[in-house]
Amino acid sequence: MATMTRRLLSLGGNLSWPQWKLPGAGLRTLFPRWTWAIVLGGYAVLALLVPVLNLAVPASSALHVSDYWVALGGKILCYATVALAMDLVWGYAGILSLGHGLFFALGGYAMGMYLMRAIGSDGVYGDPVLPDFMVFLDWKALPWYWRGSNSFLQQAAMVILAPSLLAFVFGWFAFRSRIRGVYFSIITQALTFAFMLLFFRNQTGFGGNNGFTDFKRILGFPLANPRTRIVLFALSATLLLLALIGCRLLVRSKFGRVLTAIRDAEDRVRFCGYDPVGFKLFVWTLSAAICGIAGALYVPQVGIINPSEMSPANSVEIAIWVAVGGRGTLLGPILGAALINGAKSWLTVAAPELWLYALGLLFIVVTRWLPDGVLGLFRREGK
Amino acid sequence: MNLDTPRGPVLYLDGVTVSFDGFKALDSLSLIVEPGELRCIIGPNGAGKTTMMDVITGKTRPDAGEAHFGNSHDLTRLSEPEIARAGIGRKFQKPTIFKNHTVFENLEVALKTDKRVLPTLRSERTPEQDARIDEVLGLIGLRHKAERKADLLSHGEKQWLEIGMLLVQDPRLLLLDEPVAGMSDEETARTGELLESLAGKHSLVVVEHDMHFVESIARKVTVLHEGRLLAEGTLETVREDPRVIDVYLGR
Amino acid sequence: MTALLTAVVLALALDASTLDKLARGSQAERAGAVSALAAAGDAAAAPLLRALVEGRLYAGPEGPVLIEEGGTLRDALTGAPAAPRDDLEKVVINNRMRRSLDRALAALALFAAQPAERLAAARALQQEPDPDLLPSVEAALQREKDKQIREALLTTQAMLALSAPEPARRLAAVEQLRRVPGSTSKRLLTQRLAVEQDPAIAAALKGAVGSVEDSLQRADMVGLLFSGLSLGSVLLLAALGLSITFGLMGVINMAHGELLMIGAYATWLTQSLFRNWAPQHFGWYLVAAVPASFLAAAAVGALLEVTVVRKLYGRPLETLLATFGASLLLMQAVRSAFGAQNVEVANPEWMSGGITVLAGLVLPWNRIVILLFGSFVLLLVWVLLSRTRLGLLVRAVTQNRQRAAGLGVPTPRIDLLAFALGSGIAGLGGCALSQIGNVGPELGQGFIVDSFMVVVLGGVGQLAGTITAAAGLGIANKLLEPVAGAVLAKIVVLVFIILFIQRRPQGLFALRGRAADD
Repeated sequence: MATMTRRLLSLGGNLSWPQWKLPGAGLRTLFPRWTWAIVLGGYAVLALLVPVLNLAVPASSALHVSDYWVALGGKILCYATVALAMDLVWGYAGILSLGHGLFFALGGYAMGMYLMRAIGSDGVYGDPVLPDFMVFLDWKALPWYWRGSNSFLQQAAMVILAPSLLAFVFGWFAFRSRIRGVYFSIITQALTFAFMLLFFRNQTGFGGNNGFTDFKRILGFPLANPRTRIVLFALSATLLLLALIGCRLLVRSKFGRVLTAIRDAEDRVRFCGYDPVGFKLFVWTLSAAICGIAGALYVPQVGIINPSEMSPANSVEIAIWVAVGGRGTLLGPILGAALINGAKSWLTVAAPELWLYALGLLFIVVTRWLPDGVLGLFRREGK
Repeated sequence: MNLDTPRGPVLYLDGVTVSFDGFKALDSLSLIVEPGELRCIIGPNGAGKTTMMDVITGKTRPDAGEAHFGNSHDLTRLSEPEIARAGIGRKFQKPTIFKNHTVFENLEVALKTDKRVLPTLRSERTPEQDARIDEVLGLIGLRHKAERKADLLSHGEKQWLEIGMLLVQDPRLLLLDEPVAGMSDEETARTGELLESLAGKHSLVVVEHDMHFVESIARKVTVLHEGRLLAEGTLETVREDPRVIDVYLGR
Repeated sequence: MTALLTAVVLALALDASTLDKLARGSQAERAGAVSALAAAGDAAAAPLLRALVEGRLYAGPEGPVLIEEGGTLRDALTGAPAAPRDDLEKVVINNRMRRSLDRALAALALFAAQPAERLAAARALQQEPDPDLLPSVEAALQREKDKQIREALLTTQAMLALSAPEPARRLAAVEQLRRVPGSTSKRLLTQRLAVEQDPAIAAALKGAVGSVEDSLQRADMVGLLFSGLSLGSVLLLAALGLSITFGLMGVINMAHGELLMIGAYATWLTQSLFRNWAPQHFGWYLVAAVPASFLAAAAVGALLEVTVVRKLYGRPLETLLATFGASLLLMQAVRSAFGAQNVEVANPEWMSGGITVLAGLVLPWNRIVILLFGSFVLLLVWVLLSRTRLGLLVRAVTQNRQRAAGLGVPTPRIDLLAFALGSGIAGLGGCALSQIGNVGPELGQGFIVDSFMVVVLGGVGQLAGTITAAAGLGIANKLLEPVAGAVLAKIVVLVFIILFIQRRPQGLFALRGRAADD
């Protein structure tokens, strides 16, 4: 008994906030040793090796990683972060969001505003202040909500604030009135749909249909330069690593155990004296914030953000990344996002009409035969 | 146990009425439970037993009447978690436990402690808390299965675990909805012993269909019928009551 | 009145001198000739004037004036065939002439033999009232016997007589226009009010403008209400099937929109079959399309139930994802089979056009038919659910599956039938949608959010709620549209729903009590 208690002690309650207690000791046991090796090894490959192979190895070499792969990889890393955030609410708190694409897009738009302003007078119309689409619409001045958007710091704050604030307000209303399960899912879908319609309007002031594009530079570094791009790539990998460690710390704490308890038996949690609203709200808002940051890193790498990112179908696709990898596992969603998006970028070029068949079948196959995802397969074999 | 335990009844219901679409689930029900009492509540299906528990735990708001816990808690105003923290534990008819947690973790989550969001985030167990969990594990006879996933327990063990989860909250009042449903005779007997050992320290309200079980533990029995209190007293007096024979026992 | 009569009699016929002026005279003479012909009301002059407008009138320095028709020349006066001559030249007209010719042709049409033509002419003259045509209109009024045409002519007359020199006639015109409210009446009355000197008439004008404005506003309101109800009926058709599969059975089917799409494509296929094999009965293709769309969608729904939904009962979130996958498959399959472009579904003849219910308000037939069709489907669903054995069993299974199974109800078969029924009704919705909107592979995507909102807002499992929610959402959308624009209206309605559900999570028509908790 005593040994068991001690073991449980060392596993649980690692997170001590606001002051951290020996984070190193807690971190070491955060993952099993082999998992740690894979996580850190993967990160080293992405953040150190890939940049070297991209920049220092000549294009003729077989080891060279081309700009195409860097761009694709950066995109997938951002998607994987979103999948991780989605898993936090779906896999651990049982909240299936069909609107996570919205939070991702809001972060992207917040960063996009800065990038649009950073174009300066290099735009097609050469206006030093107004982005091209505003000149095109014959606007004379920036709308009030664009004020200060030329400041990177302000927009970086907005990247987190905009999605978390929306998530907080929406979640507060929804969780307080105990909207759960598919009802919650449907309403999140309506939410992202409404925002998509809103952003499609030219008068909304975010470039309408076309959104933002033709970015030139970020913090003075030209976006066309491979060095800038590889830095963004490495930053995306770092974000993913930090999000993974943060989420793992959270779900391994008592907070995480209360969260899964809410997922499994919310009534019981309430009769245990916890108010689930606050717990759900915390993790929901945190998840939205992570999505926002991922969106902010995605936009400069992909070079465009438009309202189609908010389309309901996009958000549902995020759920399938998580389901394929294995929900409630944190590593699974990362794997799922990588697998599906890798397959997508290959298939949409090789056989475009097959892609939607494949995706559609994947939804059905995973939900019917692979409830624990790909990682679940391995785990079952391991037992 | 709280030192400031007030004198007077633990639970006080007076004239509680709940109606759903014109159907009166509870019809000016009054009930008093004294400290340390073990009260059995019986009655046919639809007599209002579950609705009464819903009112006491804040799940349902009464249309009329008063519901007090001790003399400082108005149950008609508090939310479910607030009522739970005030010291009322409730066991559901169907065992409701956290099936993906271990037995130990189930108790750890339920343990009496600061249950707000941020304190939970930085929570670390103290040796006293570990001792308390260990004590309850012994009480419900699951010490050897502390590390087992709750889903893998037998039905009876799940019922005990749920009772254990109430106990680690140190409640003054325990509401138990059919605690021996689906248990073997041996398990039923052990549960009876457990409940009897708890009475005195805690007040218990047990809703039960199994008359043999009621017989084995009952000191005072309340009979509900169509949302109203039909009879109250020792099992013997209740049994003699012609109205009770008419609606319940006679069948 | 005598003067007018003489004018009519004098200028009665198309004679050689008029023709001569028309073909060879000065601009002023030609204009005079056109007016005279118009005022004469001689329908026989119409071919000549039309030839002149269309540049088919030829004349030399002298000799008969000729009309070219289908390559041959005829004498304009006698109609006898004539030979081409070297000195013939096309009679050219300027724009002013063309305008007065157009008017003259319109005036002449007032005397046409066909009543429909006369009515159309009387209405056409109301579009751009021209006081010069007043004599023609009055001459036509003298002759006209048809009551409907007389009414139209009286209105036309009033429009033209608003600026007549005689105060009494102006007053009569104002009174007549007050009786026929419309945007033209309003414009003319307002214009006249600005220049009217006579205080009595000015007062009458003011009163008439107010009255016309009031009735226009009424017509606007009715029109808005109608388009709201119409949108509501579309939403209802889209949501009714869902109120069975989601509302009653609790199955969240994200492919519901695609079942609408299947129904619309079935309608399109039926239409193509009729066009190719039975063009003479084309007008009736919809009668065949209704069962076809029901069966097609029901079959797809049944397939979906057996392969996906059945395996996932009690796991709503998984069902949601799996059916979303199914929706992708269905969309892509339709794209592969029929192309990614929209296909064209034509309204049958009897559904085009509309009826005029109030002045300035035309209700299109296809919208009316859909409103009626929606009510019919609603009745059908209601009867099926509350009056048939299938409905009884469905309700039994959805309320208590175990007990129903214990009583010997074949629950899997009931599930299948109910799901197919809900899907088939979605197909009917698709059939209706094909008559008012584009039919393409993405058709269903636009409806899925809306129809779920209708069901959720109405309260799950509540037909009355579904109807109220559909009608309410339709009308709210249309009422907001003029104020906020279509997109913002939609957003406002969505936000409203989100807030509403916060306050009443069970929807409009909620059951309170234990049943709602389960």
